[in-house]
Amino acid sequence: MALRVENLRIYYRTLRGYVHAVEGATFSVGDGEIMGLAGESGCGKTTLGHSLIYLKPPMAYIEGHVFLDGRELPIWDMDRMNEFRFRHISIIPQYAMNALNPTRRIGPLIADLLATRGIDFRQILPELQRRLDLVQLSPEVLNRYPFELSGGMRQRVVMVISTLLNPSLLIADEITSALDVSTQRAVCEMIVEFRNRGFVRSTIFITHDMSILYQIADTILVMYAGQLAEKAPVEAIFRSPRHPYTRMLIASLPRVGARQRVERLKGIPGSPPPLLDPPPGCRFRDRCPLAFERCQEPPPFVEVEPGHFVACWREI
Amino acid sequence: MGSRSELLYFAWRNTKVRVGVLILALFVILAIVGPLFARHDPNAYVGPPAHPPSREYWLGTTTFGQDVYSQFVHGLRATFIVGLLGGGIGTLLGVCIGLLAGYRGGMVDEILNMFTNIVLILPTLAVLIIIAAYLTVRGILVESLFIGCTAWPWAARAIRAQTFSLRAREFVDLARMSGRSSWKIMFYEIAPNMLSYLFMTFILQFGGAVLIAATLDFIGLGPTQGISLGLMMNNAVLWAALPLGMWWWLIPPGAAITAIVGALYVMNVGLDEVFNPKLREL
Amino acid sequence: MLALENVTKVYRTGALGLRKLIAVSEVSFEIGEREIVALIGESGSGKTTIGKMILRLFRPTSGVIRFEGKDIFSLRGPALKDYYRQVQGVFQDPFASYNPIFKADRVFALIREEFYPRIRRSAWEQRVEEALRAVGLNPSDVLGKYPHQLSGGQLQRFLIARALLLDIRLLVADEIISMLDASTRIDVLNLLGDLRERGLSILFITHDLSLGYYISDRSIVLYRGRVVEMGATERIYARPLHPYTEMLMESIPRIDGRWGATSHRVERSAVLSGAFGCVYYPRCPIAQEICARRAPELTEVEAGHFVACHVRAGASSSAG
Repeated sequence: MALRVENLRIYYRTLRGYVHAVEGATFSVGDGEIMGLAGESGCGKTTLGHSLIYLKPPMAYIEGHVFLDGRELPIWDMDRMNEFRFRHISIIPQYAMNALNPTRRIGPLIADLLATRGIDFRQILPELQRRLDLVQLSPEVLNRYPFELSGGMRQRVVMVISTLLNPSLLIADEITSALDVSTQRAVCEMIVEFRNRGFVRSTIFITHDMSILYQIADTILVMYAGQLAEKAPVEAIFRSPRHPYTRMLIASLPRVGARQRVERLKGIPGSPPPLLDPPPGCRFRDRCPLAFERCQEPPPFVEVEPGHFVACWREI
Repeated sequence: MGSRSELLYFAWRNTKVRVGVLILALFVILAIVGPLFARHDPNAYVGPPAHPPSREYWLGTTTFGQDVYSQFVHGLRATFIVGLLGGGIGTLLGVCIGLLAGYRGGMVDEILNMFTNIVLILPTLAVLIIIAAYLTVRGILVESLFIGCTAWPWAARAIRAQTFSLRAREFVDLARMSGRSSWKIMFYEIAPNMLSYLFMTFILQFGGAVLIAATLDFIGLGPTQGISLGLMMNNAVLWAALPLGMWWWLIPPGAAITAIVGALYVMNVGLDEVFNPKLREL
Repeated sequence: MLALENVTKVYRTGALGLRKLIAVSEVSFEIGEREIVALIGESGSGKTTIGKMILRLFRPTSGVIRFEGKDIFSLRGPALKDYYRQVQGVFQDPFASYNPIFKADRVFALIREEFYPRIRRSAWEQRVEEALRAVGLNPSDVLGKYPHQLSGGQLQRFLIARALLLDIRLLVADEIISMLDASTRIDVLNLLGDLRERGLSILFITHDLSLGYYISDRSIVLYRGRVVEMGATERIYARPLHPYTEMLMESIPRIDGRWGATSHRVERSAVLSGAFGCVYYPRCPIAQEICARRAPELTEVEAGHFVACHVRAGASSSAG
């Protein structure tokens, strides 16, 4: 198993107490698997993704274990994590394309980054050029400043940089949300290509856009209000979802072919509970049409079919 | 906890703000209460000349036998008044001009910019000397007015830049679509969003006014009557206080100005952390 | 009701203002009563600029925008206020639309102050409650709160309620649901459809074709500031004529099928397209020599379905 997460609990430390952002996450991502991490804003997916690689205040590590390729990652220790970052585990953060240093050309930027890892830029240059070509960027991009490139081009540059050292795990945090539809597709296809060519072993693709996950993910992990709701292969999630939240979410996605005057889609009324002092038990129960008394107790995340995990008393 | 009390909480927790406020408060109290304990008129010749601090004269006497303590506390008052008035006028001018230039843009901005640049490069000392030549009797009011009218350009520039960025925000568009007039938008939509910035501008203007006033007094272009910390320092240096060992005449006013202005600047840095949540440490 | 005639917006950039950025180029279209028109485009297409020009927040460099026949930029004073009584907008970022230091209700208070200065308090409160209920909000839940205490979906509905307070006829909705969560998006979208039934017209600006398909009657596809295709939504989606529209349709992530092969290219280098010729030429898989020389006009290929393409317009008209 490339990544194994056990009972991970990450809270945010605030003036008013702890915000229960990730509550007891247990799951694994296999070799060569692209796992989509889906959920709405505030569900904890970004916190979960970031905690695996860069756990800094106000995030607080409460408990849990993370194993990558059999080795435990000391995610609570920022300094010790340094040897893992970029080499074995890498991240493409949200809005990374806007975070490139505007006063440096791309080439020197990469050279600096590699120097901090003790790698000679010139040695890796041929491979770098191959990868740029793979993402349909001309190598002259290395001589440009970030502002001379479009958003889509910058995003592709960041993707190449993040995967340059062939990490075992790549975390892609909302890398398509600010992009145009055409670049979105190109970026998604690149993620798959990276996996196919072995540049990246496993990928966690964080997004709120379920339809993109249908295109490229092998499995999907759905989160709600800090808790894991469902994890299953992508066809199962879309064709036979078992958690009420997943079901209602899928049902509310407009597809090309659905018009309001013909078939009126429904959303999920209400909003997620506050995570500062969350209600006990299943956090979806206030909005769930199937809630009953047992839901006061938090449902365990269990495997109800091979590879299909759900946290719902109705399904166990 | 509302956002206002949250601000106050952070403000108090911040060491820089706490230290700055305490030091300032100390001097303010001294300025208010101190003169009540002064038994003599600051400029009157009352005691033995060049006397070190004693029970009779808490901060000693000057070469002419004036009570240094009395001069000190009255001077503090004058300094604070100049700071408030001069700083206040400077802030007001800077805000109005900056807001107008930033919101309107175009020709209005160009004209105001030109005006700002002209005032910026004016040799203030030269102008002041000329004014001093015309006004034989100068009071604190004139000094404050002068300081205020020459210190606003940097504030106007900074506020103009802030206004530019705020103007493009969508809530301003919403106000325009609600039919609001430009003036209302400037003062009711944009300015309130810059409150922290305006506050810090005022603090810096206050500190700056105190310094400029001290300089002016030091070179003899301050008010013709009364006493101020700068004037004290002026006289002390003029009459060779330090070489003659009369430290009590020169050090207290100098230290006071340094402490007040320093406290203000430190408070300003601290407040930046308070107002900008990203700089806060938890 | 609303008509754009050859509207162009050019920005001057560069050190001395010598470079030109053409945000919108010769755009013309109309919006009638009781219809939802989707303005579809990606970033750089000029769709937001068009929306803001219609709302009189930017001035076109050339061209006219007419409302009920009158040039909206010639309106002053009471006539201008009257325009805003009939045309309003809601923007993409719900939180940015509120002045963060005031309560959310203030947007209603602004309307009251500017448009209903003499109305009595009880009558106003009733109006507010009706508007809130019409958008699906519970007045006691949302009144008296600060923006950060409400969710994105609630804030967007609040803004729609604000527009309803004025009895508007046209609402410009600029990407109003892109920042909302999936579960609330569809509800706000349904609300727009309901408003259409009540007699409102909506200009629905979006980059998401599936949303456009769900809700709109007509669609206008923009690329780099020009209209490339225009027509009834069902026709455009069933039979996209312009290569760009085809590419968009191909690239939407769908949940009923996987992406197929594509012949469209993404940008390889940082070169902008030339001043002459078709604006889609650098990326077009069916481009011909004429496309580099002359910009195509919008031609009607079938009833109400327009396309700006030499190849497609020529082929269709010669075939049909």
